[in-house]
Amino acid sequence: MTVMTKTAAAVLISFGALGAVGAQAAGVTVTISCGSVGQDFEFCKKAGDEWSAKTGNTVKHLSIPQSSSDILGLFRQMFAAKATELDVLSVDVVWPGLLKEHLLDLTSYAKGAEKEHFPAIVANNTVGGKLLAMPWFTDAGVLYYRKDLLAKYNEKAPTTWAELTATATKVMDGERKAGMADMQGFVFQAKAYEGLTCDGVEWVSSFGGGNIVDSTGKITINNPQAAKALDTAASWIGTIAPTGVLNYGEEEARGVFQKGNAVFMRNWPYAWSLSQGADSPVKGKVGVVALPKGDGGKTAATLGGWQLAVSKYSAHPKESADLVMYLTSAAVQKDRAIRGSYNPTIAALYKDKEVLSANPFFGDLYETFVGAVPRPATVTGAKYNEVSAAFWNATHEVLSKKATGAESVKKLEGKLNGIRRGPKWN
Amino acid sequence: MSTKTSELTRERTRSAWIFLAPTLLVLALVAGWPLGRTIFFSFTDASLEAIGDSTYNMVGFQNYFGEYGVFNLNAVEGFWSTDWGMAIRNTFKFSFFSVVTETLLGVIFALVLNANFKGRSFIRAAVLVPWAIPTIVSAKMWAWIMNDQFGVMNALLRSAGIIDHNIAWTADPHFALWSVVLVDVWKTTPFMALLILAALQMLPTDCYEAAHVDGIHPVRVFFKVTVPLIWPALMVAVIFRLLDALRVFDIIYVMTSNSVDTISMSGFVRREIVDNNYVGYGSAASTVLFLIIGACTVLYLKLAKVDMSK
Repeated sequence: MTVMTKTAAAVLISFGALGAVGAQAAGVTVTISCGSVGQDFEFCKKAGDEWSAKTGNTVKHLSIPQSSSDILGLFRQMFAAKATELDVLSVDVVWPGLLKEHLLDLTSYAKGAEKEHFPAIVANNTVGGKLLAMPWFTDAGVLYYRKDLLAKYNEKAPTTWAELTATATKVMDGERKAGMADMQGFVFQAKAYEGLTCDGVEWVSSFGGGNIVDSTGKITINNPQAAKALDTAASWIGTIAPTGVLNYGEEEARGVFQKGNAVFMRNWPYAWSLSQGADSPVKGKVGVVALPKGDGGKTAATLGGWQLAVSKYSAHPKESADLVMYLTSAAVQKDRAIRGSYNPTIAALYKDKEVLSANPFFGDLYETFVGAVPRPATVTGAKYNEVSAAFWNATHEVLSKKATGAESVKKLEGKLNGIRRGPKWN
Repeated sequence: MSTKTSELTRERTRSAWIFLAPTLLVLALVAGWPLGRTIFFSFTDASLEAIGDSTYNMVGFQNYFGEYGVFNLNAVEGFWSTDWGMAIRNTFKFSFFSVVTETLLGVIFALVLNANFKGRSFIRAAVLVPWAIPTIVSAKMWAWIMNDQFGVMNALLRSAGIIDHNIAWTADPHFALWSVVLVDVWKTTPFMALLILAALQMLPTDCYEAAHVDGIHPVRVFFKVTVPLIWPALMVAVIFRLLDALRVFDIIYVMTSNSVDTISMSGFVRREIVDNNYVGYGSAASTVLFLIIGACTVLYLKLAKVDMSK
């Protein structure tokens, strides 16, 4: 197959020299970096192969780290060197502002296709009038729970953090007495990285504590509700949550939950299809609801999600953009939604029967996905990563009981002032 | 001295320089140039993009002192609680405890390996295994061993009745840095043992025979004869390890949650340059790290010499 493709490519290239090739110069190798969490890679490989078969081009995959903080570091180094090794890259929802100098404007390649996608995400990906990335899938934090265990203890899915704490304690203690020594109440992402910022924004926001920095650029994190939210989260560590969550990312939390050793888990929708896989010990026992509310707050889910963009330094911008348009098309998004529970960014797919039957919670949680809380990336611009790092470190400090919520948010306010270096963020 | 010899000496000096020149040139290129660039960037406000486009400004000592410098002595929370202060404390804590433990264990291992017993060559090869595994691999391996939920370490300690609940070795701030020290000791003790063993094997046998004839207690022989004789080699081994430990990065980055509780100076430099895009500020931290390592080396050599003259 590869040999044939290569031969065909060679022939086509020689024709190309004679000017006999159409819009699609076949035989080009495009390098793409997809994700590495869950099934990201398998899905990306499959869709890439389909595109190759269609166009005669070759797709090469670049493996990247799991943690989004590490991926950003890698891309920044490649961009600083103006590396041509990477053509198509996955872009976190908080990055378009950070990477704007290095991404190709896709407006002329999209030909209006972006209008099918959620307008908020398209707006997020448009910087200075340029469409820098196409929405690939969207994300929002959700609460996974064990239907079978809650039924056994006559409990229902919690709507407040206090209920979650009580239910988790009851079920965990009961199960441990029954011989399940490794049972945990609640697992989430509390390693000091971007994932903790997502969890922290949810806690603070659900307690009515604002969003670290408000839309005018004012630093709002130093308030009693935010402190209370962090203190509440800290009270879970060592009680309903194992101390080890302090070093957990998405996959570590999923490992514990999917093994059947946790009652609740905070994670992204991707974990759904994996928990329903044939080899999953919790298959058919899992429910998904919106995250709980805090005192005096409302439910909040952090907006996540990934986009696909083309590097400005790519040697094959046309083919790369074509691959991006293919991967973000309704057909590929539908397939990914059905088999991988990746949330589509095309509103119409939320009414699709096949999508809904594979992911029953997509319909119920539609409002959660559309109304998810964005991290303060737009307002803090190029300094977002540093703001986020300061926040995740402050949160980690409270969770590991080295400071109280009130002390930590006060210190964080001072630190954020230092990062801003003046009255404005940019 | 006659003019002839001095001419010969001059000739010899000249050819020595000619033969050394390629080495010096390569050294200047691979070590001097990056170091010079780092020091240069520490006086600028460069970002990763700005390096490529050469659009950065000189800012003097702003990256070193004052509100936005690495030495922010007026920080609200106190200098030692700033991220850089924490990084310095973590690095020194790690270096001190791991090097001391490695040295002591290394001496013990070397003495055992120096003794004559059956299968000695096999044991000698076997102890080298931890040193042969790349740090990144052993760090990941130990991260799994120390995992709080399914790590074998908790399982073993629990079945032995030493602990009654799983401990999050790499996540709990009380244990995280010590877990890293433990893995570093595991990895580097063979290196120390080997260097010390080499020194032990060079020892003259006559003073041991004399001591034996005089009926001196072996412990006394060890401290009065063996230790002074292997002292120079021991000092070299310790300085090798110390310099290595002061620039620790990979083992901490892979094993721990990488919060400020365990960040090392090199980790801080990476975070500022790569994650936060402050090439200037990160270079300043990197330069300070270089100066600290240099100062430690000088201080150490001075101290070691004082001891040797006793």
